Amino acid sequence: MNFDFSEEQVLLKEHARRLLEAECPSSVTRKVLEAPHLGFDKSLWKHVVELGWTGIAIPEEFGGTGMGHTDLCAIAEELGRVVAPIPFVSTVYLFAEAILQFGSEAQKRELLPRIAHGELIGCLATAEGPGYFSPGKAETRVVKGRMTGTKFPVTDGGTATHAIVAARSESGPGLFVVNLEGEGVSRTTLDALDPTRNLAKIAFEDAPCQPLDGGRNAGDRLAVLLNRAAVVVAFEQVGGAERCLEAALTFSSERYAFGRTINSYQAIKHKLADLYIKKEIARSNAYFGAWALSTNAEDLPRAAAAARIAGTMAYEFAAQESLQTHGGMGFTWEMDCHLHLRRSRQLALCLGALPLWREQLISCLEQADLIESGA
Amino acid sequence: MDFKDSDQDAAFRQQVREWLAANALRRRDDEDLRTNESALLEYSKAWQAKKADARYACITWPEAWGGRGGRLIEQAIFDEEEEKLGLDTGVFTIGLGMCVPTVMAFADKATKARLVAPALRGEQIWCQLFSEPSAGSDVAGVRTRAVLADDGSGDWIVDGQKVWTSGAHYSDFGIVLVRTNPDVPKHKGLTMFWVDMKAQGISVVPIRQASDQRDFNEVYFNGVRIPDSQRLGEIDGGWKVALFTLMNERVTVGGAMGAGWRDLLKLAQGLPGLGGTGTAAGDGAFRARLAEGYVMSEGLRLTRLRALTALSRGQTPGPENSIGKVVAARQMQVVAYEALDILDQYGMVNEMGSHSLPGRFQWNFFWGAAMRIAGGTDEILKNIISERVLGMPADIRVDRDVTFKSLSERRASSG
Repeated sequence: MNFDFSEEQVLLKEHARRLLEAECPSSVTRKVLEAPHLGFDKSLWKHVVELGWTGIAIPEEFGGTGMGHTDLCAIAEELGRVVAPIPFVSTVYLFAEAILQFGSEAQKRELLPRIAHGELIGCLATAEGPGYFSPGKAETRVVKGRMTGTKFPVTDGGTATHAIVAARSESGPGLFVVNLEGEGVSRTTLDALDPTRNLAKIAFEDAPCQPLDGGRNAGDRLAVLLNRAAVVVAFEQVGGAERCLEAALTFSSERYAFGRTINSYQAIKHKLADLYIKKEIARSNAYFGAWALSTNAEDLPRAAAAARIAGTMAYEFAAQESLQTHGGMGFTWEMDCHLHLRRSRQLALCLGALPLWREQLISCLEQADLIESGA
Repeated sequence: MDFKDSDQDAAFRQQVREWLAANALRRRDDEDLRTNESALLEYSKAWQAKKADARYACITWPEAWGGRGGRLIEQAIFDEEEEKLGLDTGVFTIGLGMCVPTVMAFADKATKARLVAPALRGEQIWCQLFSEPSAGSDVAGVRTRAVLADDGSGDWIVDGQKVWTSGAHYSDFGIVLVRTNPDVPKHKGLTMFWVDMKAQGISVVPIRQASDQRDFNEVYFNGVRIPDSQRLGEIDGGWKVALFTLMNERVTVGGAMGAGWRDLLKLAQGLPGLGGTGTAAGDGAFRARLAEGYVMSEGLRLTRLRALTALSRGQTPGPENSIGKVVAARQMQVVAYEALDILDQYGMVNEMGSHSLPGRFQWNFFWGAAMRIAGGTDEILKNIISERVLGMPADIRVDRDVTFKSLSERRASSG
């Protein structure tokens, strides 16, 4: 039984934590919060690239370090803790993963080394306005290798150099790579609930694009991509939840009310015990996701959905109740509680909202049930 | 990350599987075991003796006491394999998990020589006599008194009442926590003894529970004479012994308690849906709750795998193990209410006796309520998580520095 990070991965995490405590205190996140036009923190991004984190799951032959997805999960947890204001989810979990999974040999050779070296910032564009997105109903069209349509909101869409776009072509729904700095692309930055993540509207007008058509059918490809990213994001959520718990523990041990520190009241103790329980449930589900991700298990859709649901529930509860524990101070700009309140909602929505994932989980259970009963 | 055993663990598991395949007596879900207590005891004792002969009864105990001096992960592996075949009945869990280890730690050599081997072989069953009507969560508040006999024999005379004692009615022995000094603060005047449940003056009265079943007992002590040689630990040092007993609960590796979310999905798939279309499993609100409940239960199962990982690495399991019962018990209750909801009006019918699918959820309906209390209430467990895991301060204790006697007087005058 080996259901935990390895010793090396624990060391990697500790190293990452020390580094991020020094390089990404909340003042760094707040710089982007105060000046959203920056898009992300360039100096932190540079650091992360130099450490090889953008290429951690990219094989050495394509310029990465080839360490693997469990190591990526370890790093993700640490980035989640500090609400890192960088396009890591978009570039590494989504764009790089899409190329790795579905790119041609030529696409891999062209794009992956540039991600590992930090020259390429990627994003995934699916939504076309309010409501659930489904690939079969995408209005963005590709005709003879040219894309036309509007995608919004796109996380990191304003700062990315390249996008994976879910669109429909002559042969049905699919994923396409677009150079956002090329012709036929115009972008507008949108106001975001979490300004530490850039949000944009991207209009394509006869923009050149390349299909990503490795292996599976189109609907599946987007689903596979989202499943893989959901597991890694679940680790960011666990990291964020843990940080919220720590903040609440510290604040409640210093704040006096009615002659006692408020951490001596059961109302606070039991609230934080509940938070701890949700966080550990999320961590265990995330570990199962990491196992499924790193072994390409058939169970990935179920494992990813469970990790996403538990991670989202834990981080959102943690952000809400940590703010609550801080009382009036928690609702001030000055305290960091709102950074987590914003980021937890952003992570909950960026790969599709919980109702979609709950439905995926139950569908998986129904199928597993059929197999078990031999029907 | 993987779920594979280490080579050493895999070899042990293989050995256990082969032994179980050759020696398993029968499966636990046989009808008469559920409904007939004497059949249950007969089966449990025979199976325990077989395990003891092969040194699988208490794997981590030293060989000298009938164990095999094994590692904790080996006990966990055996439990897992035994659970898969539904062989364990839990009759010996309290005795061998909590009571007998206490005897082994605190009794003299002759006592251990007399009591340990028969307990391990399942020839004798033990129960734990701690809780009282006025000492539940606050177990150090026990009032059952032990005073030295006035005949100079050195024996103790015990009077009082214990409650919620599982298995007292079929137990041969028990360990009992009593008050030997009321003139000091409550934790400081307690003493632990082991006691023969057939001793004169002990009477066991089954409790009729809210579920109309009888699993727990009241145990009355009326002038019960206990020789001082049956004392475990120091006079007035019983709290330390009690803590040892409670710390000895072994790592549980079983699944969730009662019917779970998968059973709930199965039930829903066989029931009509809202508005006469499809099945109850198609309702969005039901599916949302099923998803969140599944994630909690599955998360709990996976948390146990993290504990097993620590054990197989020779480490102590992390504090996350403390969330087990508080999550599992609540989930039992949530599952029950969901199930009875989708049965609609039929949820009012009681099928608990028939072992039908609805009957299993009705069992959850009652036992969810019970399990949120038994073995530490939700509230006490959350105190433990916040204090021992999160390092938050202990509750303010108004009874810490006053004598037990004055506490009782204070309560009498305010009541």
